[in-house]
Amino acid sequence: MSADTHPGAPATFDCRVAFAEELAAMAREDPRVVVVCNDSIGSSNLVAFSREFPERTINVGIAEQDMVGVAAGLSNGGLVPFVCGAAPFLSGRALEQIKADLAYSRYHAVLCGMSPGLAYGELGPTHHSVEDVAWLRAISDLVVVVPADPGETRAAMRWAMGAEGPVYMRVSRFRVPQVTPPGARFEVGRATELRRGKDLTIVASGTMVHRALEAAALLGQRGLEARVLNLATVKPIDAEALVRAAAETGRIVTVEESVVNGGMGGAVAEVLCQRRPVPMRILGVPHFAPTGDSGFLFEHFGLTAAGIVRAALELAA
Amino acid sequence: MSSMNRYANPEGGAPLHLQAAAGGPDLAAEVAGAEPGRRPEILARIATDVRATIIRTVGRARFGHLGGDLSVADILTTLFFGVLRVRPEEPSWPDRDRLILSKGHCAAALYSVLALARFFPPAELETFVQPLSPLNGHPNRRKVPGVEANTGALGHGLPFGVGCAVAGRLAGSERRVFVVLGDGELQEGSNWEAAMAAGHRGLGSLTAIVDRNGLQQGARTEATNRLEPLAERWRAFGWEAVDVDGHDHRALLEVFTRPHDGRPRCVVAHTIKGKGVSFVEDRVEWHHKVPSEAQVAQALAELGR
Repeated sequence: MSADTHPGAPATFDCRVAFAEELAAMAREDPRVVVVCNDSIGSSNLVAFSREFPERTINVGIAEQDMVGVAAGLSNGGLVPFVCGAAPFLSGRALEQIKADLAYSRYHAVLCGMSPGLAYGELGPTHHSVEDVAWLRAISDLVVVVPADPGETRAAMRWAMGAEGPVYMRVSRFRVPQVTPPGARFEVGRATELRRGKDLTIVASGTMVHRALEAAALLGQRGLEARVLNLATVKPIDAEALVRAAAETGRIVTVEESVVNGGMGGAVAEVLCQRRPVPMRILGVPHFAPTGDSGFLFEHFGLTAAGIVRAALELAA
Repeated sequence: MSSMNRYANPEGGAPLHLQAAAGGPDLAAEVAGAEPGRRPEILARIATDVRATIIRTVGRARFGHLGGDLSVADILTTLFFGVLRVRPEEPSWPDRDRLILSKGHCAAALYSVLALARFFPPAELETFVQPLSPLNGHPNRRKVPGVEANTGALGHGLPFGVGCAVAGRLAGSERRVFVVLGDGELQEGSNWEAAMAAGHRGLGSLTAIVDRNGLQQGARTEATNRLEPLAERWRAFGWEAVDVDGHDHRALLEVFTRPHDGRPRCVVAHTIKGKGVSFVEDRVEWHHKVPSEAQVAQALAELGR
């Protein structure tokens, strides 16, 4: 249970637990599954995996460029590498390897950005990964997935195992409740509607999805019916669902644990400004974070149900 | 330009994959079938054909990196015609040896060798860097059979090769991995991350070959960011390191086929940038200078082709 839940609140989960269980299950089923990591066996929750599959755990040490290049070479040999490292270093340090060795060379690997967004609160902006979605969605032929909860994390991993090219997925550390239907298959490129509404649409990804649902409930008390879309695949984006939402609800609020310039909100704006322009608010992280734990930083940046409600009311005014 | 249009894919303009060539002399078989003592002289003859092919290709395209193409020509020729277990008719054969040209800007050298090794018809070289050609200025594995990785950004080949070697080990395969590096490229730190990992893991199936021509784009390596003592540096990372004459086919053949002792091997191949063409040899401006028609003719005359 997270510290900030109130009595009666739903149970919350660290998605890394589901991730580790699913990865071990997939490795038992399929000998092609290997892990490549950067001294991140503990932080990626891979201790049990590395004990069960020592030969298939390739820890290259603190060397992210090598980590991604090695993954491409493993993929060349017919293996399916799950590349596990803290999201800021995996995405930032190895950006060119992700572009050239995986995406442009079209090698199948699953890049698992662990503890993304503001999860590393007090460790500060060096360890925050709020740029990853913006950086990586600029790369052709790379799928970018931000699962909302443990169930969606598992489902996205299953889908990514069978993908043809490289996939980047965030694996959340910040605790979240299960909000997507348990057992649902992951459909890449499809936004899922978690709540119906006609007055505005909240498009959320990752840890912000449950907050969007809370915000929609609060807006409902004020007579505003907010649609909630879970945009788990940032790239390729579900343009049709977004255009439909814009046409039917007339206003869009996006909310994510990413930078406000070039992240998921930017991707939504790229679609809508060309196909169905409507008033929008993009909620996210506007600048390097000050000192504070994740909970404080979410409050600070308005990445809370109350913050989403404020933005929605401004837009509706 | 109309000859290029056959590459236009109606599904979206993507070039089509080149098909493995039928026909043409099987030069690798000629080398393999010869008495071992005669193989170096056959390789020398093929290398001269490779150089002539590079010069024609670069001269026709008005684009290329002639200096480095010519310095690496003997290394690539020895590998493809004397060492590598590959199947041009089945380029994705899972148990093939891997060759990664990390210095991807020398694509014209790689393409010339691949064409003569029957991975694709030599006539395709006429399309080098033309619009929509599969033969880009840097190699693309999705377009060109025989290419393993889309290199070009420097410092990418060795980590990739480490992954290939680990995959081979996991598969219980004897297949070998050769990564051809530029010397200037070694200034990229990612090489040393990979060197450390390969040494730590004892990847004996991995060979790195440094095309040690001493020049990088702007100046001599030693005047830019010193690499020496190069072989010692590799040894310090847990590698066997061997200095050889990178234009001596006998020496190259011997070192590439020598059994390993459990360590990865670095072959520091001492070469001359522009080797074989007098006015190009060891001149920094020929990194990517394009020869005139008269210079192409002179170069071919010097090679006797």
